[in-house]
Amino acid sequence: MIRIQNISKRFGAFAALHGIDLEVQRGEFIALLGPSGSGKTTLLRIIAGLEFPDSGQVFFDGADVSARAVGDRGVGFVFQHYALFRHMNVAENIAFGLSVKARAARPAKAVIKARAEELLQLVQLDGLGRRYPRQLSGGQRQRVALARALAIEPRLLLLDEPFGALDAKVRKDLRRWLRNLHRQMGLTSIFVTHDQEEALELADRVVVMDAGRIEQVGTSEQVYMQPATPFVAGFVGESTRLPGGHLVRPHDFEIADGGEPLLVDNVFRKGGAWRVEGSLRGAPGVLEIDIDAADAAPALGQTILIRPRRSHQFTERAMP
Amino acid sequence: MNRIATSPVTERPATRRLLIGLALGFLLFFLVLPLISVFAEALRHGVAAYWASVTDPDARAAIRLTLLVAAISVPLNTMFGVAASWAIAKFDFRGKSVLIALIDLPFSVSPVVSGLIFVLLFGAQGLLGPWLMAHDARVIFAVPGIVLATVFITFPFVARELIPLMQEQGKDDEEAAVSLGASGWQTFWHVTLPNIRWGLLYGVLMCNARAMGEFGAVSVVSGHIRGETNTMPLHVEILYNEYDFVGAFAVASLLAGLAMVTLIAKSVLEWRFELHQPGARS
Repeated sequence: MIRIQNISKRFGAFAALHGIDLEVQRGEFIALLGPSGSGKTTLLRIIAGLEFPDSGQVFFDGADVSARAVGDRGVGFVFQHYALFRHMNVAENIAFGLSVKARAARPAKAVIKARAEELLQLVQLDGLGRRYPRQLSGGQRQRVALARALAIEPRLLLLDEPFGALDAKVRKDLRRWLRNLHRQMGLTSIFVTHDQEEALELADRVVVMDAGRIEQVGTSEQVYMQPATPFVAGFVGESTRLPGGHLVRPHDFEIADGGEPLLVDNVFRKGGAWRVEGSLRGAPGVLEIDIDAADAAPALGQTILIRPRRSHQFTERAMP
Repeated sequence: MNRIATSPVTERPATRRLLIGLALGFLLFFLVLPLISVFAEALRHGVAAYWASVTDPDARAAIRLTLLVAAISVPLNTMFGVAASWAIAKFDFRGKSVLIALIDLPFSVSPVVSGLIFVLLFGAQGLLGPWLMAHDARVIFAVPGIVLATVFITFPFVARELIPLMQEQGKDDEEAAVSLGASGWQTFWHVTLPNIRWGLLYGVLMCNARAMGEFGAVSVVSGHIRGETNTMPLHVEILYNEYDFVGAFAVASLLAGLAMVTLIAKSVLEWRFELHQPGARS
């Protein structure tokens, strides 16, 4: 449905994107995941038409929209800081996209009003239509921003760090709610995040980006279990590099006779496991391993024998 | 010593009283007394004499001219200020810092010099003077010159007020509006203008106060022709030089009244402005 072909973009001397190719199917929920400066937001803004690439094309349903302005692409864009119009109440904010339509295409006032009510219900803010944005909590503002973007019935919903400014509890609830909304309405959505947990939990497919390039595109299972590059292995989930270039996840270690001796520096509970930090004899750096919390926690200064159960190896060429 | 410490920078009561007393005394001497004396002088020979001075034909012509000049230059500079700050805050382009510096130019140049620039450009011996004479158009010693000088002097006011405000607000709101299908004009009218309205009003107010009160630059280009090219400040000076103190102070009292109205309006705007500042950003 959406095809991005060989997109490159520079900001002055800084190359934000190098030759990006990506396809998104109808109904998919896609996460653009990467550290800051990886180009994920630039890519999202180029798809929206808020930014224009130096080279390359964007296709919607086969049509080249590269030169089209954002207003003509039929996309809903949700901004990181919501960008609600502060002098308009919630209902007016939501109705904005309909009320600025050309006279011939504009629905009647009553229709617009009914539609705003409907959307308020959809985002579970019924009765708050007359409030102003400053009177709402962060989570409520985010839902208003979403309702406003959905009012124009976009064929593609784009969200820039949609949960970035919210506290942990609200973020979790909103995440689940957005996931359901996406399914319910049959939307096609792309969101940007630097939070790997968020990407893995929400997205059908995760696009891992670094330094203006796509490192891997895959389901959360694929990017976690079969990272294509050392960057992905390091960025998605935790991992420790062993001598010899093996990357091992903390939960992929086991305590075993005949394993390597690990000197325990620190032990703390992490969810259902003990997180042990320590160092291998003769090797620099800190190693993180998880052991079952049903077992006794190792004492500080103790040496335990460990062995990786599973590891990812990358050829030396691919090592950063 | 059991003083309750409120703040490490709290002064002793005596020091505080002294500082406040000094500030008040200074204000009284340099602002309040002169203001009172303006009205006292104006009314020295009673209300009738005051009224006669204010309604004198030359005075009325000066008032009309001042209003006309403000009515032309304030809208022009409002449009210019909004356009310039829009360009500076929402776009990146080469020479942006040069443009910002140029906007400040009238503040850094003496008004007399600003007036002279226009004489050098449009005066009889000036660059464009002969051409203007050939086409029977007068700029210097005529109303167009006064308007030009006033526009030049007052153009920073609106822009200076809006540039930091618009930069601080960023362009998220505008991008949201266009992403929802709004045209450039709709975005400006429904989103940008409401966001900047208090700052804009404040800038317009200060621009107007200066447009009506400007003396130096206008004095150079006006030619001081009574009933024709005298604005209120120039008229005050002429009357004063002719020892018509009641007349001078009567017209001056109108300008002082304008200043007070401006001050009150400014305070009200600042108060509203606070309420709409980014603290309440959505």
